[in-house]
Amino acid sequence: MKTVQELKEIASSVRIDALRGIHAVGAGHPGGSLSVTDILVSLYFNVMNVDPQDPCAEGRDRLVLSKGHAAPGLYSTLAHRGYFDPEEMLTLRKLGSRLQGHPDMHKCPGVEMSTGSLGQGFSNAVGMALADKMDKRDRRTFVVTGDGELQEGIIWEAALTAAKYGLDNLIAVVDLNGLQIDGRVDTVKKVVPVEDKFEAFGWETFSVDGHDMQALLDVYEKAMAVKGKPVCIVAKTVKGKGVSFMEDQAGWHGKAPNDEQLEAAIKELGGDR
Amino acid sequence: MADVKKIATRESYGKFLVEYGADHENLIVMSADLSGSNKTDGFEKAYPDRFVESGISEQDMLAEAAGIAHSGHVVAASSFAMFAAGRAFEIVRNSIAHTNANVKICATHGGITVGEDGATHQTFEDVALMRVLPNMKVIVPADDISTKKLMTAEFGEEGPAYFRLGRAAVPNVYTEDSVLEIGKGAVLREGNDVAIIASGIMVAPALEAAETLHADGIEARVIDMHTIKPLDEDIIVKAAEECGKIVTAEEHSVIGGLGGAVAEVTAQKCPCRVAMVGQHDVFGESGKPAELLKKYGMTAEDIVKAAKSL
Repeated sequence: MKTVQELKEIASSVRIDALRGIHAVGAGHPGGSLSVTDILVSLYFNVMNVDPQDPCAEGRDRLVLSKGHAAPGLYSTLAHRGYFDPEEMLTLRKLGSRLQGHPDMHKCPGVEMSTGSLGQGFSNAVGMALADKMDKRDRRTFVVTGDGELQEGIIWEAALTAAKYGLDNLIAVVDLNGLQIDGRVDTVKKVVPVEDKFEAFGWETFSVDGHDMQALLDVYEKAMAVKGKPVCIVAKTVKGKGVSFMEDQAGWHGKAPNDEQLEAAIKELGGDR
Repeated sequence: MADVKKIATRESYGKFLVEYGADHENLIVMSADLSGSNKTDGFEKAYPDRFVESGISEQDMLAEAAGIAHSGHVVAASSFAMFAAGRAFEIVRNSIAHTNANVKICATHGGITVGEDGATHQTFEDVALMRVLPNMKVIVPADDISTKKLMTAEFGEEGPAYFRLGRAAVPNVYTEDSVLEIGKGAVLREGNDVAIIASGIMVAPALEAAETLHADGIEARVIDMHTIKPLDEDIIVKAAEECGKIVTAEEHSVIGGLGGAVAEVTAQKCPCRVAMVGQHDVFGESGKPAELLKKYGMTAEDIVKAAKSL
């Protein structure tokens, strides 16, 4: 268990190493990696039952990053959690690396499902939680999606299935950063109010500031206490969070920082590397 | 060799599930609102706790199947071939084939013998689509006995597979003591003048065609290529070397299907003439299965004609 202050410091390091990886290869998705970082750090360090020394341990909680393009955020979180050396972030997206452009479950320890094709990870996670229900296995499945990703039809097919089977062992977190490649989600194809939609589909929902560590920890507590229904946590976030010139800019969805930009970003994030 | 009893391979699949499920508790069966048609309803009745009704959402069913499989199960997921292989193609590729999930996609109602439902439901592309996916085995059983034997073998193996099953009743071409092996074609009749390599419901007409050819003094070798992938290249090369001419017969588009697969092997390893009986780049239409097979050129007579054309 980490204190809120410790979680914040870890999140800064996670952001820095995610950006260092993207910078090293000159490609990747900084915007969504930075928006999802606090969600992932709070889950992996204080909520999920996982053992980095035994990534496939029986009974572990599982997390599926359905917005697979935020892989640098996930990898960096896993690295800082102890699954591998954070320096390995510098191999991101390079030939032979375990850190593929999108998460590969057979390559990277801690990755529970290969994702990247949007919407599928959400449905995969519903299947995982359903399997645990059928097997009467007491553990949780977490799934993290983007807000633009909610435009995929399979999300809503799977949402119906999760409600039908009363999957209270499933917690979805929507990284609602409001941007997608072509611009504002509200303009491209509006998905808000997300809470109303999931409620209409039979889910319990909560809203939270996705960058407030204490609020995130509190909302997970509430979500885990829900019985008989799957839970969706709508986490309001800022794309590019923590780096002023990347914040709320669709242009930073899939672009690598140059040397100066990386240096400035690390400085803003409080790093001295 | 032939037994007169006719049974559709989808029925054989339904029976297999109930039998196999009895002593394989990790088998989960999924269906997308078609359990009566794809014959998963027997399993549902026998083992309701291990049956998942996905409703009309084939993509979700197959993505969930991957999640269930990666939780330690073998999953049999069923829909019509059109939707399992067609609509859900990219889910099958990324969630099942790429992750090497232990999902057996058991797709029924393949081909033109779907009949009256017409073009939107008659799949001629599924074998081609599944065949190009790494990790994916593609199996097209010819009859009741081989369906059961091939499924029994494959369900004991890890990894994804696509079974293409039919709606229409077909005669047995095998007997209970026949030995079948996944990845090995089966020679059902010897002959050295021409080789007929068939799959699925076209195996029985291939045997009929061989009889007709025999009456004309042409001895045809008949091979049931029940496994389209991994393809038995040796048996194809041997047929090309010893017979010099090959006819392929399938209830599927000859583009990318068994015909294409056989031609890929002969072109690379032992060039010979190949005539292809199957659907020739057109959509189907409503009609009775037998009428459609005749109109679209997938009968014993068409195989005879193809053999004589070489």
